[in-house]
Amino acid sequence: MQMVLNSLEKTVLEVLEEVHDPEINTVSIIDLGMVEEVSVHGGVVDIKILPTFLGCPALELIKENIKKAVQSIEEVQEVKVEFINHPPWTSDRISEKGRKGLKAFGIAPPPRLMDSDGSWHVDCPFCGSTYVTMDNIFGPTACRSILYCKNCKNPFEAMKPISTLM
Amino acid sequence: MTEQKITAAPENKDAIVSLLFQLADDDFLYSFRGSEWLGLAPHIEEDVASSSISQDSMGHAAMYYQLLEELGLGNADALAHLRPANKRKNCTLVERPNGEGCYMEVPKYDWAYAVVRNYFYTVAKKIKIESLKNCSYDPLAQVAVKVNIELYYHLLHWKTWFVQLLSSTEEAKQRMQGAIDQVMKDFGDVFSLGTDGENIVGLGLIEDENVLLQRWIDQMQTVFESINLSIPDIPSAPALNGRNFEHTEDLDSAIATLSEVYRLDTAAAW
Ligand SMILES: [Zn+2]
Repeated sequence: MQMVLNSLEKTVLEVLEEVHDPEINTVSIIDLGMVEEVSVHGGVVDIKILPTFLGCPALELIKENIKKAVQSIEEVQEVKVEFINHPPWTSDRISEKGRKGLKAFGIAPPPRLMDSDGSWHVDCPFCGSTYVTMDNIFGPTACRSILYCKNCKNPFEAMKPISTLM
Repeated sequence: MTEQKITAAPENKDAIVSLLFQLADDDFLYSFRGSEWLGLAPHIEEDVASSSISQDSMGHAAMYYQLLEELGLGNADALAHLRPANKRKNCTLVERPNGEGCYMEVPKYDWAYAVVRNYFYTVAKKIKIESLKNCSYDPLAQVAVKVNIELYYHLLHWKTWFVQLLSSTEEAKQRMQGAIDQVMKDFGDVFSLGTDGENIVGLGLIEDENVLLQRWIDQMQTVFESINLSIPDIPSAPALNGRNFEHTEDLDSAIATLSEVYRLDTAAAW
């Protein structure tokens, strides 16, 4: 996100820091890199959001939460939230703060690198061990996988790596 | 393929709409058949995995219906639920039931058939999506980039099942072979672009169906060789061509079931 911000745009971004993923309350949509653009014309705020997964059922909920949060700003008259597909959301958009937030929730952040055969590796978010196995690449939500730590014997989840190189 | 970008101007619109309906109806029926497996997959982890794939695929269909809505074809939900079989453009393969019986009573679904259908369909989808990344109509090219990323995991999943079951016991091999024969009978229209094909390809929306089919054969050749099997024949002319609205009765019953709740209250917010 590169843009020259006026003061209301800054306020909107601050408020969006408080809009969390409905399923992971320790990370905001800013931390996840879902906010592509915020523009203000008069009292009208236009927000462009990148969906993580196309079939994600939380999208409508996120949209409503954004509207509610931004409408609470005094100068704002109208909020428009639009989902766009370009550029595609990728897991390297998650910020350092977002990665910490995921870990705090017990979810391993997505690995930054994949091996040439497409396999990838994460460490246990609880004990940091590398001694983990993949249980199910598909987890309880579209963006998560289920793994098992053989060191501390805990099952855990990891955010899937998502890249346009796939 | 032309490098030039096109808009949905009147002279291009019919071809764009036709292709979008093919893609939308394919993924919609594919995910409906997948969702009927919910609670019935061989084990709990598979239930999570295949319903996640169905959910993704429903999301893909929703994106195509959304593009159609933006072109003025009507509300996306209505396009998905309310069109009768003779207005649908999905291929024959995705409308076939999962097996005998119904999930409400005594389903005798065939997992071998599910694995083969899903794997063959997903490889075909991946090949189309790769081509659509260069689509001359930008909104579709952008959706293709997004779908492609998610497809990576689907492909990995179904390939694993396919190779493992065909490298397993004699019974597994026999049942998989039976499923392969059954799927191939319906494979004739998977790559077909129907009567609008010439126009669709001419406008640079997607590459020629024979080029795409050959890519599927080349890719599958490698997989089949790795498990010492020969690649099955693909019917040269399909018995029914779904792209031209030719369907089996299975599609009628699928639509009746999947639209039942939607029809109760078409204005409800979900
Ligand atoms: Zn651990």
